[in-house]
Amino acid sequence: MRSGERNEALHFALRNRKLVAGTIIVAVLLVAGLAGPMLFDHAPNDYVGPSMAPPSGEFWFGTTTFGQDVFAQFVYGLRSTFLVGVLGGVLAAVVGMVVGFVAGYRGGWADELLTMLTNIVLVLPALVVLLIVNAYLGVRSIGVQALFIGLTSWPWAARAIRAQTFSLRSRDFVDLARLSGVRTPRIILREIAPNMSSYLFLTFILLFGSSILIAASLDFIGLGPTEGVSLGLMLNNAARWSALQLGLWWWFIPPGAGITAIVGALYVMNVGLDEVFNPKLREM
Amino acid sequence: MRRYFGRKLLIYGLTFFVAVTINWMIPRFMPGDPVQSMLSRANVAQPAAVEAMRAHYTAMFGFDLPLWQQYLNFWGSLLKGDLGISIWLFPTPVSDVIIRAVPYTLGLLIPSILLSWFAGNRFGAFAARRKWLDNTVLPVGYVLTATPYMWLAILLAWALGIVAGVFPVAGAYGFDLRPSLSWEFLGSLAQHWFLPFASLFLVAFGGWAIGMRNMIIYELEADYVDYLRALGAPARLVRRYAFRNAILPQVTGLALQLGVLVAGALVTEIVFSYPGLGHLILQAIQNQDFFLLQGTFLFIVIGVLIANFVIDIAYVLVDPRTRTGMGGAA
Repeated sequence: MRSGERNEALHFALRNRKLVAGTIIVAVLLVAGLAGPMLFDHAPNDYVGPSMAPPSGEFWFGTTTFGQDVFAQFVYGLRSTFLVGVLGGVLAAVVGMVVGFVAGYRGGWADELLTMLTNIVLVLPALVVLLIVNAYLGVRSIGVQALFIGLTSWPWAARAIRAQTFSLRSRDFVDLARLSGVRTPRIILREIAPNMSSYLFLTFILLFGSSILIAASLDFIGLGPTEGVSLGLMLNNAARWSALQLGLWWWFIPPGAGITAIVGALYVMNVGLDEVFNPKLREM
Repeated sequence: MRRYFGRKLLIYGLTFFVAVTINWMIPRFMPGDPVQSMLSRANVAQPAAVEAMRAHYTAMFGFDLPLWQQYLNFWGSLLKGDLGISIWLFPTPVSDVIIRAVPYTLGLLIPSILLSWFAGNRFGAFAARRKWLDNTVLPVGYVLTATPYMWLAILLAWALGIVAGVFPVAGAYGFDLRPSLSWEFLGSLAQHWFLPFASLFLVAFGGWAIGMRNMIIYELEADYVDYLRALGAPARLVRRYAFRNAILPQVTGLALQLGVLVAGALVTEIVFSYPGLGHLILQAIQNQDFFLLQGTFLFIVIGVLIANFVIDIAYVLVDPRTRTGMGGAA
């Protein structure tokens, strides 16, 4: 991107209310997840307070049936939620990009084969595959969870990137690079990828959001990380220890609200960025 | 058109093959020993009994045979409809346990998917480019589609079930009733069905409404729209043409979203202790009932494949291009 274009993108980015609002929400929660845990000298699952205390000055989000601090669990949970989102999202984006670029650029049998693979993984219901895999894992960690999420959620990205690559493949500048003897990986990295960088970024954001949601469902079903806290595990514990029936709303509202806020803000950011990159959509 | 369906069926056949293979591989190649974990769960003290059980389970999985034979046997028993014996509900066959749960899941899924798809598309198309509606629908839609299914289910159960006391929050019918065709039973069934249905519907509705709204905005930029406008066509007509074009990606989107929707139904059932497949999965995990878990997995995969095929047929019906062999997406 030339500097003039970059300034123009920045100009529209700062004036796009969706983008700004989404970024602020994600940034605030990210800071809470990164810095929040430093406020506590106890671990999130320690029994530090009275049982079932409603929110107060001392325990901002109240305590659980066991006297655990819900706010401490929340900020630690945010940390793991962001971690699983980033790791899962990056992995899915990388796999999706490799498959999409190779299939779209190479064409021929490579394309046939990769498209077949993409379609198969696309049709398999990801969460159900993850259930089976995780059920057999004795010890589960956030890293392994993200690894499997990444390995199952790339297909739609691959499909979209393949279509974009396909349309860029026969452009003059790509032909020129090919004629001057540039090798394929370099053409993909230097000629094709930069021309769809905004698209790749949007894809990553969506993959980020969807890994968070998938991880939350897994945690809720009881296949979350065996150690530690996450927002999904908090929901799981709240449901398991009948927070609903006991009326402990402060136990199950914050984790769900946290997930919704992160994912919703990511989606809104996505729309805002789309408008910044695509002049046709800048309206109103 | 034959080519189109041929390709689709090939993909689904391969997917089924992959799913069965995953199902076979995971217990065998994952770290950890399923037989050992079943034994430790059974919590038997006498060593003689442990040995007998170990031999029993090893023979049940067929671990004592060479791998290729295990694989062929696995297919063999699968094709006979034998998915093993449930451990949670010993000695009921897994297929019976699943068949009993399937109607509940379908009863939730089919209405919520279809209604949210129709309502969401209508509403999204209506809201697009209408400033006031657009500005309210959009944020609400994004919040809904970002909501984890189980959280909305928990919120509804808490607000309408426990605080307001309007709806029951557990089970598929009153605990004092037995399944029958009486009005009382059907009423109780409907009452228990409503909240899980509503939470599935709302989350999915948000997604469809946003998708449609965005598609309509893209379509309204198209050349044919300018042409129609230049001819002086009424706005209603232009919107109708835009809708017919915008609906196609939404049909494909329905196929892409099936996995997410099924996952949503599973966690929603868990919240409401609704006795469908989600409930089975939870029990299977808590009781280390691997046969039940794997059987449910296969059942869900088959269901998703069938649904995909139905959507493929629907796509041919709504997109004339696929019929004349002129391509068109899918």
